[in-house]
Amino acid sequence: MGIVSGDPTLERIARGNGLALCATGTWTARFAPLLERMVADAEKLGGKAPNIVIDASRVSKLDTFGAWLIERLRRSLTQGGVETEIAGLSANYSSLIDEVRRVKAEPVAETDRVTITGMLEQIGRSVAGVGGTLIGLIEMLGAVLAAAGHVLIRPRGFRLTSTIHHLEQVCWRAVPIVVLITFLIGCIISQQGIFHFRKFGADIFVVDMLGVLVLREIGVLLVAIMVAGRSGSAYTAELGSMKMREEIDALRTMGFDPIEVLILPRMLALVLALPILAFLGAMAALYGGGLVAWLYGGVDPEAFLLRLRDAISIDHFIVGLIKAPVMAAVIGIVACVEGLAVQGSAESLGQHTTSSVVKGIFFVIVMDGVFAIFFASIGM
Amino acid sequence: MAGEISDAIIRVRDITVQFGKTRVLDGLDLDVKRGEILGFVGPSGAGKSVLTRTIIGLVPKIAGRIEVFGVDLDAASAAERRGVERRWGILFQQGALFSSLTVRQNIQFPVREYLKVSQRLLDEIMVAKLGMVGLKPEVADRYPSELSGGMIKRVALARALALDPELVFLDEPTSGLDPIGAGDFDELVRTLQRTLGLTVFMVTHDLDSLYTACDRIAVLGNGKIIAAGSIADMQASKHPWLRQYFHGKRARAVMG
Repeated sequence: MGIVSGDPTLERIARGNGLALCATGTWTARFAPLLERMVADAEKLGGKAPNIVIDASRVSKLDTFGAWLIERLRRSLTQGGVETEIAGLSANYSSLIDEVRRVKAEPVAETDRVTITGMLEQIGRSVAGVGGTLIGLIEMLGAVLAAAGHVLIRPRGFRLTSTIHHLEQVCWRAVPIVVLITFLIGCIISQQGIFHFRKFGADIFVVDMLGVLVLREIGVLLVAIMVAGRSGSAYTAELGSMKMREEIDALRTMGFDPIEVLILPRMLALVLALPILAFLGAMAALYGGGLVAWLYGGVDPEAFLLRLRDAISIDHFIVGLIKAPVMAAVIGIVACVEGLAVQGSAESLGQHTTSSVVKGIFFVIVMDGVFAIFFASIGM
Repeated sequence: MAGEISDAIIRVRDITVQFGKTRVLDGLDLDVKRGEILGFVGPSGAGKSVLTRTIIGLVPKIAGRIEVFGVDLDAASAAERRGVERRWGILFQQGALFSSLTVRQNIQFPVREYLKVSQRLLDEIMVAKLGMVGLKPEVADRYPSELSGGMIKRVALARALALDPELVFLDEPTSGLDPIGAGDFDELVRTLQRTLGLTVFMVTHDLDSLYTACDRIAVLGNGKIIAAGSIADMQASKHPWLRQYFHGKRARAVMG
């Protein structure tokens, strides 16, 4: 006999009127799958012998996995009415066995099952949650307006540096991508327009379409969607991780209003940024459209500009720009509500950032529809 | 430092780490012997966590050589490296539990990835590990955000121990624990070292831990190990920071 290293084994040796189970080798995590099978086999020995000794004197290495499996074997044999004891352990290993002996027999079961009623319940809850979402948004709007009023009365509370910082983030840094994308969209609208209008010999009307579409609808809508994806998500992620790290609670305990300190500057930056971006976007789209009309459609720049002046009025331009700050406010409020709703986990941060963008874009499109009806009825 | 220790589980030679223009570690040498509990102390911001993170490969070094279990980590293949990583466990300062997994899933995660064992054994081992770190099985289905600071530390230790590693890195394990909890923690580390033959690399500021749990203490200062040895060596040292550290008001209170 002696200590054996290498693969673990569990030999059965008859001893007197009982049985000895001799454990040898390395009883560690590395061999856990093998050990588990061996122990499961040995557990069936219950009832074959009046008493069983688990002899662990030849185990070369033991860790929690091995110790627990020996203990599990002892327990299940004892439960089967066999007198079982563990023998031959060195002092160190026996204290390890003592450690695992404290483990409760039945581990708590995981209770997470998918059922049809559960799924229906979830659908019901999310439908019922829509009302809650709207109330949350209105609450946030109220809180932001209250904070804005507070700042108007006491202008020293206004955070100019923070506002400028966010303005740089959401406006200045967004210019290249916004201009690029709207430029390309302008090109595409123009190309498609010319391609189809040419069949009727109405090439020049592409300018009318481009002007109205870009200034009234596409310019601002496209930019708002980009801003929701770019800055709305950033706001939600920032506020959400601040919430996770208790930074918002810290602010509150120092006597600051998180709405005033964190949300008002962000909202203001967004409300200022979106009209600027929408204007730049519209110009880029017109430029792109004009370029394509010239190079692809043969409408020279002078004719394009003349036609554009006839086709659009200042109303189209104003309609576009009036929508921009309202859409910015919607995006900002959705983003901030979602940010503050983040719970403790990374998963929740991801969920709320996603829903910030999805809801932001949804509300922007709904608002656009409402505006279309409104402007049509006042004849603009 | 003293000459080569033959039975070193971690061997760090001439490590230099620099962030921008700040040199955090400057030609540092350190050996950790198999089966010992090494307490690692030094002033805040001296680079204790940086050294830990450099050894485990999270911070790039600009010079030097690190061997763990005799494997040179720079020269190791991906498979060799994974082999080393499977044999160590790390307790991060903030716990670093996966926030979207429950306590049960956090502890079972490394086991599930490395070993093909039944769900039953996974659950039993999880309960055993929770018991070892002094937690009840009832916390198993809670999320990390629903745990107290001390419980997060314990769960994180349970996760670090999930695969029964040979080497554990503990970054300030007892900070944020109440004194009784911290005492239990030291006791636990001792027990684990005795029973599992664990080697422990412990960054700590807890004088109690240094006195009761650590076999050897290494002190970091100016990017180098300024002293290493037993607690008695530390107390005898003439180094001003060490004198202040081991003979200050709090140290006297611990020594009674």
